[in-house]
Amino acid sequence: MIINGAEPESLDPHVVTGQADGRIASTLFEGLTRFDPVEARPVPGLAARWEVSPDGKAYTFHLRTNAAWSTGEPILAEDFVWSWKRILSPETAAEYVGVLFYLRNGEAYATGRLQDFSRVGVRAEGARVLRVELESPTPFFLDLCSFQPYAVVPRQRIERHGDRWLHARPFMASGAYTLESWRLNDRVRLRRNPHYWDAAAVQSEVVDMLSCVVPATALNLYETRAVDIIWDKELMPLELMDRMRQRPDFHAYPSLGNYFIRVNVTKAPYLDSRVRRALAQAIDKERIVRKILRGGERVARTVSPPGIANGPLIYQPPEGLPHDPPAARQLLAEAGFPEGRGFPTLVYTYNTQESHRKIGVELQEMWGRELGLRVELRQLEWKTYLRAQHMLDYDLIRSSWVGDYNDPNTFLDLFMSDNPNNRTGWRNARYDQAVRAANAETKPERRQERLREAEAILVETELPVIPVFFYVGMELYDPARVTGIHSNLRSEHALWAIRRVDRGGAGGGGSGP
Amino acid sequence: MYLVRRLLLLPPLLVVISLLAFLLVRTAPGGPFDRERKPASPDVERALRARYHLDEPLGQQYLRFLGGLVRGDFGASLKYRNHSVTDIIRQGLPVSLSLGLLAFGLALGVGIPAGVYGAMRKGEWSDYGVSVLTLLAVCIPGFVVGPVLVTVFAIRWQWLPVGLWESPMHAVLPTVSLGLYFAGKIARMMREGMLQTLRMDFIATARAKGLGETRVLMRHAFRLAVMPVVSYSGPLLADLLTGSFVIENLFQIPGLGVFMVNSSLNRDYPMVVGLVLLYAILLLGLNLIVDMLYAFLDPRVRYD
Repeated sequence: MIINGAEPESLDPHVVTGQADGRIASTLFEGLTRFDPVEARPVPGLAARWEVSPDGKAYTFHLRTNAAWSTGEPILAEDFVWSWKRILSPETAAEYVGVLFYLRNGEAYATGRLQDFSRVGVRAEGARVLRVELESPTPFFLDLCSFQPYAVVPRQRIERHGDRWLHARPFMASGAYTLESWRLNDRVRLRRNPHYWDAAAVQSEVVDMLSCVVPATALNLYETRAVDIIWDKELMPLELMDRMRQRPDFHAYPSLGNYFIRVNVTKAPYLDSRVRRALAQAIDKERIVRKILRGGERVARTVSPPGIANGPLIYQPPEGLPHDPPAARQLLAEAGFPEGRGFPTLVYTYNTQESHRKIGVELQEMWGRELGLRVELRQLEWKTYLRAQHMLDYDLIRSSWVGDYNDPNTFLDLFMSDNPNNRTGWRNARYDQAVRAANAETKPERRQERLREAEAILVETELPVIPVFFYVGMELYDPARVTGIHSNLRSEHALWAIRRVDRGGAGGGGSGP
Repeated sequence: MYLVRRLLLLPPLLVVISLLAFLLVRTAPGGPFDRERKPASPDVERALRARYHLDEPLGQQYLRFLGGLVRGDFGASLKYRNHSVTDIIRQGLPVSLSLGLLAFGLALGVGIPAGVYGAMRKGEWSDYGVSVLTLLAVCIPGFVVGPVLVTVFAIRWQWLPVGLWESPMHAVLPTVSLGLYFAGKIARMMREGMLQTLRMDFIATARAKGLGETRVLMRHAFRLAVMPVVSYSGPLLADLLTGSFVIENLFQIPGLGVFMVNSSLNRDYPMVVGLVLLYAILLLGLNLIVDMLYAFLDPRVRYD
């Protein structure tokens, strides 16, 4: 039994948006590649092998001959074409469709500018050969193929049952597990898919994924051994963090997520990049990390977390701006506000949550003390907060982002002028140009330079966003009782590799009620 | 006749309630599809709204909803996209219903005897003892009682599970945490009711007739003294049956209480309207039953 996090909004891989939901959806539905259990690098999934064209823009995937649905029917190249067409179709209204815009004409089809799907870059060339063409060489494309929006879903079920297809039985899964039952706000019960191509490697017969949002309850269930694993960091009690970190069964490790502050650059005095740099350099991030979070989070001066991949290399981000209050005061004076004189009250907005409030109070104190600013805190309920962010109805607003794939583009893409998730009002042609140039690059070394150039504009000169810290992934499990779970940057744990070791080791990870 | 009139009044009342819920929930800022990450293209959002008919004029949306309602369909949840509102109610209501009835049973089963006992022993130390206990039950909220009970019975002594909804044993702690407050409240009401009734003339008459004290208390006084508890029980039961947000969260129980709160936070419009209607039906129905019970318990009450 695993505590997975909040109740899934859906298990349809083309619909889910949350991480917790994705963990279940991707174990039910696999793509061309899957994540290896240790490093979460893409390795062959339903495709046994592939060839890449020299320009990096065309892939030929060869599906496994034993790739099959949980009903025993074969999974063919046509199924992938249909699945990708489904997620790209405007009627599906898939919120994550953007990750398929790397396909040639993917965006045009999804936005209705192109009606003819045969011009989209995916095509079956024989029963088990899938030809994929991309807009530009996308070094993280294989990584994307493991991501659930790229998963193959059962056409028969969906055409017949519409939105209710997940309730149809027998369930048609393409992943390691099939859906046995789903009780809202209780649990999703998964059972080993006997027709999975790698069924022999699947370690547990039944796994229960529990919904829970209260950290204390999750911890109680874990302590009384009602559950074996808690793998959502939202469920770690902040107030007990010092004690949690001492425990041998507590695992914290770097992850692909950052916590940052968006600055509304459409509003005076935040139009001035000197003001934004001053605000950034006045923050003692070390103190926030050590005093409030205490889970081993690392201070962030860039938006790309350390260790993120650039193809076969590890990306080296720029330095970013250090904590330097004198420099901050100097910048603010240059912008016309010596010692904060004449600076309007700064309103810092965050959504209702204790840790965000605590960080807000620290920021208020730091900006007040170092820069002489008057700071007001504004707490908003989640949806109201999102609306304020979308409408640029804020001065500075607490933000965070979790990477979708292991490449800096998952963070840098956000701040492109036309990205709907930019939400700072910042438009910079030079930045857009640098990111585009990076993504057109096939040589990892040259791409590194382009990416770094782009990120330097973002975090050293312009600062429409102020990085604060990088998230850590956190899990609670006893390695003596659970095997096959590994910490990695993606916080991805292949469920098929996880096994509960108990008396004699029979059965595995599941436990009945 | 009275009953028929009350019943006839129900449907228009429910329509008004649903319309209010329908409109009010839409006045809150933000919408069901606002998330931390927006889709890569605004077309996706437009398509999504069209898919759930949120792009239509409000009047048309409401008529669509009423049309579905006639067929017993509350619409699709906008948050839990593979479930309809009816699915969610069908799964959650039985759980909330069981827990609510258990807690209600506990509240009456403990509250009424405790109140009667206190009234009978008025002024004695045992009355004070009961009063202090009931006062404590009323003062300490469920979100304190629950964790304390869990710490003692589930973690320290490990007699009972800490949470989940699997066996009768799993129901014990949630029932007590949920019902204790109401037991205290009912005990206090019952004690007051008894004391007031015992001061009335007809009790003196009954005693003068030479009836035994037990008979006086149980047959004569109790019927009148229990009236405030009865009128309180209607809305209480409606509350308990639709689940408790705090208790369900604390014990990880898959009832409706969590949805009652979260559906409006999620701006899950059809879900909010559906749950409001469910609550309204329960509340109106139970109040009707309470009024009927009144007529039965107090011969002076007549409806024409």
